[in-house]
Amino acid sequence: MITIEVNGTSRQIDIEPDTPLLWVLRDVIGLTGTKFGCGIAQCGACTVHINGTAMRSCSVPIGSLDGAKIVTIEGLSPDNNHPVQRAWIELGVPQCGYCQSGQIMAVVSFLEKYSKPTDAEIDANITNICRCGTYEPLRRAIHRAADMMKT
Amino acid sequence: MRKIDITSTVNRRDFILTAVSVAGGLMIGIGAAPRSADAAAISMQPWSDNDHAPHEIDAWIAIDPDDSILIRYQRSEMGQGSMTALPMMITEELQCDWSKVRIEYASSNRSVREKRVYGNMYSHGSMSVRESQKMVQQVGASARERIIAAAAARWHVPASECAAAQSVVSHRPSGRTLRYGELAAEAAKVKLAKEPVIKTPAQFTFLPRRIPRADLAHKINGSAKFGIDAQVPGMVFASINACPVRGGKLKGVDESVLAGVPGIVGVVKLEDAVAVIATDSFWRAKRALSRLQPEWDVGAAGSVNSEQLSKEFRAALTDRMVLARNDGDVDKAMSGTANIFEAIYETPYLSHSPMEPMNATVNLQPDRLDVWVGTQDAELALTAAAKASGLKPEQVYIHNAFLGGGFGRRDANDEILQAIAIAKVVKRPVKLIWTREEDTRHDRFRPHAVVAFKAVTGSDGMPTAWLMRVVTSSIFKSVGIPFPPDKAEPPAVDGLVSSGYNVPNTRVELHLRNTHLPVWFYRAPGANQHTFAIESFLDELASASRLDPYQMRRKLLEGKADWLKVLDTAAEKGDWGKPLPKGSGRGIAICKFTDSLCAQVAEVTVKPNGEVKVNRVTVALDTRHMVNPQTVTEQAEGSVIFALSAALYGKITIKDGAAVQGNFDNYRMVRLAEAPRIEVHLVPSGGDVWGGAGEPAVPALAPAVTNAIFAATGKRIRTLPIVDTDLRS
Repeated sequence: MITIEVNGTSRQIDIEPDTPLLWVLRDVIGLTGTKFGCGIAQCGACTVHINGTAMRSCSVPIGSLDGAKIVTIEGLSPDNNHPVQRAWIELGVPQCGYCQSGQIMAVVSFLEKYSKPTDAEIDANITNICRCGTYEPLRRAIHRAADMMKT
Repeated sequence: MRKIDITSTVNRRDFILTAVSVAGGLMIGIGAAPRSADAAAISMQPWSDNDHAPHEIDAWIAIDPDDSILIRYQRSEMGQGSMTALPMMITEELQCDWSKVRIEYASSNRSVREKRVYGNMYSHGSMSVRESQKMVQQVGASARERIIAAAAARWHVPASECAAAQSVVSHRPSGRTLRYGELAAEAAKVKLAKEPVIKTPAQFTFLPRRIPRADLAHKINGSAKFGIDAQVPGMVFASINACPVRGGKLKGVDESVLAGVPGIVGVVKLEDAVAVIATDSFWRAKRALSRLQPEWDVGAAGSVNSEQLSKEFRAALTDRMVLARNDGDVDKAMSGTANIFEAIYETPYLSHSPMEPMNATVNLQPDRLDVWVGTQDAELALTAAAKASGLKPEQVYIHNAFLGGGFGRRDANDEILQAIAIAKVVKRPVKLIWTREEDTRHDRFRPHAVVAFKAVTGSDGMPTAWLMRVVTSSIFKSVGIPFPPDKAEPPAVDGLVSSGYNVPNTRVELHLRNTHLPVWFYRAPGANQHTFAIESFLDELASASRLDPYQMRRKLLEGKADWLKVLDTAAEKGDWGKPLPKGSGRGIAICKFTDSLCAQVAEVTVKPNGEVKVNRVTVALDTRHMVNPQTVTEQAEGSVIFALSAALYGKITIKDGAAVQGNFDNYRMVRLAEAPRIEVHLVPSGGDVWGGAGEPAVPALAPAVTNAIFAATGKRIRTLPIVDTDLRS
């Protein structure tokens, strides 16, 4: 039995310990905002925060997470009011939207370390794939969110 | 089994609600959208597919007494924004208050039961708007006139004295007003003597309008539901492995390795695939499947490889051809001339690779089938599911969801048919998900193509005749679209036949060579590869004739104002002719697709180690008309990235009959760091025809980039992807 905290709620998980966190979130807990894209930590659609750090949940076994605090897209803000979410709305980033939970979670974590990011820092750290190609507004939204977080 | 009951602990808004409908079947719905003051909201409210919404005016529109308006959307939202655009068109004619509009998917089951009330339901060919435009305008106009008629009857005045605006009907002489919500019930009973004439774009008052897409709010908090997110009580999970070689069969599989493994419901053997079914999680099914070692009968296709296919396609360039276009007399123009230029271009198989891998969730009961899926064609999916299940079409319910990308992949129904076959065996609701590897390798690929050019130029260096011979595979044959063999199927020659250049002698020919690999429509079919060929070749001619590639195109497009407008806009905004540092260059290209025109200027730097960086792409796009310039811009930006992934890296290699690439580690996609700055300039030229927006900015990107690489390095790329050419200096 593994105990994790997901979006502030404690959960007892009884499943094979090599099950990736992604499938525990989606299939066991029923939080489907975190997406499956590749299964090998390449695309980032499954990005969540584990103990405050953005991780690709498709490649983190639940057995390694006893006591961990996990935040998913559903737990990011109670009212869609996180500055990154607001910037995403303002710049109209999503198209199909499938990768955007992971993009947003990656960017939130990134902006905690880089409060005034340069384009080069964004390039080096935001590596999630978007097949719709929303990178143009996405980059602008990262800068916009950084501005919002300053004020 | 260690099963955790989560239904009592998860917030209802966190996941898809499931409930038994009035009709006894399952229905699915999504937590209500946050209402926003200045935007419509997508509700995707639970619908039973048997009941009509209260307060319906017709199958498309319902208006509640509080004036909130439900508009049904009959196409598929896969990122292209038509779930916002089509209701905007209805709003234009209905003259209602956009802020009170909710949008939900139309039911293909209802369409089957009500004489195809929603018409064509597919989303491909950039047709969601341009093919629906007249129909949805008529829907909005008819509802408006019926509401006005209801008001006129209430007031006992002629309808001609009444006008509608912002969800209010007013009687001009008396100044009296009634809200739409007060009139809907009476309007529903009105039969118009004749249908109103729809507005011309010049009469629009609401469109074009740059407004946020209606699905935005769902796509920033995880609440947007995709097919893969469906949850049905009692469902089990399936992972599948189809024969790596298309057309191969399953010989056998030793299931005993799974004996005693907890949570395994069973192994299902299909003719060409094996699936493992498990409880609790997809992972469990996937892991168990990976322990099986199925034996396949791959047949003769098991020896096919890419090198051999390339040789065969090139050899077929001298085979018998069918004529696709023939202006003037190419043979005569070429006879006896010395200035003959020739070049061959080759483009590889590509996988669509949408972010959401193929998946379908089905609940098959004796008298009803429910399918939760993201499909580009809910009507076709219904027909295919009915046939596979043996049920009547009216017993089949396709619950379309948001699509995690489509690009042409999500209308073949492969995943739906597999899920039904599995459900027949396990007799439980089942969710089938393809792994990324399965999704890549079992795609129906963008065809492989070889195009040979031959041209002669006049004394001014301009081409006077050109011949284009295409060898590729038939998409129509794979899809099952009948087409006469002595004619050239349009997607096989698009981008060449549609060329706007004034070359007096132009001939396009086609030879179809089919392999064991099914090929499919892929964003901007035909044009996505042949535009690379023709625009590269033109650049080669310009270089040989020492002409500026932009000026040469200008001259070849003389008299065509719309073509020149996009070409000039891209050149001017893209700083054509301005100096660049050594190792950098600009390339230009233009195309027509889905009645839209698009020109692009790419600015590229090639590093001494051969690495290509596309710094900037300037796009000029003429879609003739626009509903929402915001989403048109988004589509152009997205098309550039989509096409850049393909141009730089995209290639499916065939070895021993099977696709080699499987995941994003070896089927590479452009990421943020590689993304150029993109500037989109919209230059709609108007007219009678509406152009598409989802695809026309794809084709010109690859040649703009390779032409820029030539400008930067002097190296000409004739075979894609770019990464296969050594560009080290």
